[in-house]
Amino acid sequence: MSEPAILTSGLTKSFGDVRALDGVDLEVPQGTVLGLLGPNGAGKTTAVRVLTTLLKPDSGTASVAGLDVVRQAAELRQRIGLAGQYAAVDELLTGQENLTMVGRLYGMPRAAARRRAVELLGQFDLVEAAERPAKTYSGGMRRRLDLAAALVAQPPVLFLDEPTTGLDPRSRLSLWETIERLVSGGTTVLLTTQYLDEADRLADEIAVIDRGRVIAEGKPDELKNRVGGERLEVVLSDASMTDRAIAALDPLCQEGPPEADGRLLQLTVRPRGGLIVDAVRRLDEADVDVDDITLRRPTLDDVFLSLTGHVAEEHEDHENEVRAA
Amino acid sequence: MTDTAVVAERNLIRIRRAPDLLTAFTIQPVMFLLLFVYVFGGAISTPGYDYKDFLLPGIMVQNIAFGGFVTALGLNEDLNKGLIDRFRSLPMARPAVLAGRTLSDVFTNCLSIAVLLTTGVIIGFSFHASTLEIVAGLGLLILFGYAFSWVFAWLGMIVSSPESANSLGFIAVFPLTFISSAFVPVESMPEALRWFAKINPFTIEVDAMRALWVGAPAHNSVWGAVVWSLVILAIFAPLAVRRYRRAAGR
Repeated sequence: MSEPAILTSGLTKSFGDVRALDGVDLEVPQGTVLGLLGPNGAGKTTAVRVLTTLLKPDSGTASVAGLDVVRQAAELRQRIGLAGQYAAVDELLTGQENLTMVGRLYGMPRAAARRRAVELLGQFDLVEAAERPAKTYSGGMRRRLDLAAALVAQPPVLFLDEPTTGLDPRSRLSLWETIERLVSGGTTVLLTTQYLDEADRLADEIAVIDRGRVIAEGKPDELKNRVGGERLEVVLSDASMTDRAIAALDPLCQEGPPEADGRLLQLTVRPRGGLIVDAVRRLDEADVDVDDITLRRPTLDDVFLSLTGHVAEEHEDHENEVRAA
Repeated sequence: MTDTAVVAERNLIRIRRAPDLLTAFTIQPVMFLLLFVYVFGGAISTPGYDYKDFLLPGIMVQNIAFGGFVTALGLNEDLNKGLIDRFRSLPMARPAVLAGRTLSDVFTNCLSIAVLLTTGVIIGFSFHASTLEIVAGLGLLILFGYAFSWVFAWLGMIVSSPESANSLGFIAVFPLTFISSAFVPVESMPEALRWFAKINPFTIEVDAMRALWVGAPAHNSVWGAVVWSLVILAIFAPLAVRRYRRAAGR
């Protein structure tokens, strides 16, 4: 196994009294995506800024692409790309000029920088807009240009700080596809996001960060399992069948008996194949009529909320809404 | 060096695309020149000199000092839009962003010198100087403007918005230019102001320009002006670079 693309140990950084990073340990293998998930102010951006040499950590060590972020910062800058929350492009320059400028600042000769710009404009579907100032671009086009700028030097490690914040769903999807393409080409990506579906879709591993600490880490599925298994929701045809249904389904429960609320029955189950079929057979044998049966996987929302502790109210509200509907 | 040139090139393209800032630094001083010559000029006594000859070097020094505003506004915008983060994550020379900015100011300053000088000559300014002295005067102006570009570079990075760069710049620099020999003879001011005006680097710079261009007594101010420019540069260039290194962005 080759060395990790990103490795940090005990990273801390304070601003005044605020500990933005409070001992962060991360390890990202080459060619994988780490999703750094957390609310605003959790320390995600600070972590990215330290790893991209924009900030010096107070203590702890970090290396990216095998280079120390403090001692080898200059060499490291050759090997990373950064696309930020705010699309950092010059609005008065055209797409072509923006990318050529970045290429030249990476040390490419003018002609090579131009060629690379043309290539990227093609890849990012910006050919028609190449000669227009970036201020005429839509939000999605700007984001694509920003990402293209981060890729000018074909960096092996890419940092994306909330790459789709504020984008419309279609632009988001197309940016996701682009990121997936890059990763399949071998690029390592560290992605920060507030969107759980984004982390779910793109990340191989997720680190949940809150108040400068990593409070949970694992594959998206592992994190979901940690919160509890899947939930089976059964809507009975008639509330009078509740007792029979509970007795029939009780053996499937992972923890506690099924909860009943009118015609709705909910139970936490251990995820496995054929579960629904099994449940339906048991209900049928107990002579219970069912209007609807669904298997609910916990979302990363559930994971995040339960880990950071602001679960209860929001969750209940949500359920009340569902039932009222 | 290449990095600096790339950044300077970028800034010159920007100025071409959004020339409104530039008009502020070319049309406004021309307006000032005409106002002072034709409105106030008659009431200001400048013994030994025609007021036009007295005023033009003064206005040009004032104008060149403000040339760095483009840098303050531009850097502040770059900071707020995250471009400084991008530059700092690139393997480019650390001071290149600032050096490129201030270098492009030199170009725009040359343009505004040309506009003012042409207007001055049209309304009757005349040199009493050798070609060498004229060229030396231009060099002095450009050096002074370059030094002030670094002041504005630093300013642009310590303030939170372009608006505050604007107001802070005006509050700091405008009185300095007026409490100097730029518009009226220092001798006409009250005691306290006169004392300040005499040590004001603007007075020293303006007196040096007058010595070179219209044959006014120099009082050693030509060398004094060079030294002042270098001192300003020596203080503010490192301050600006240090600030840039730590620039937090947003």
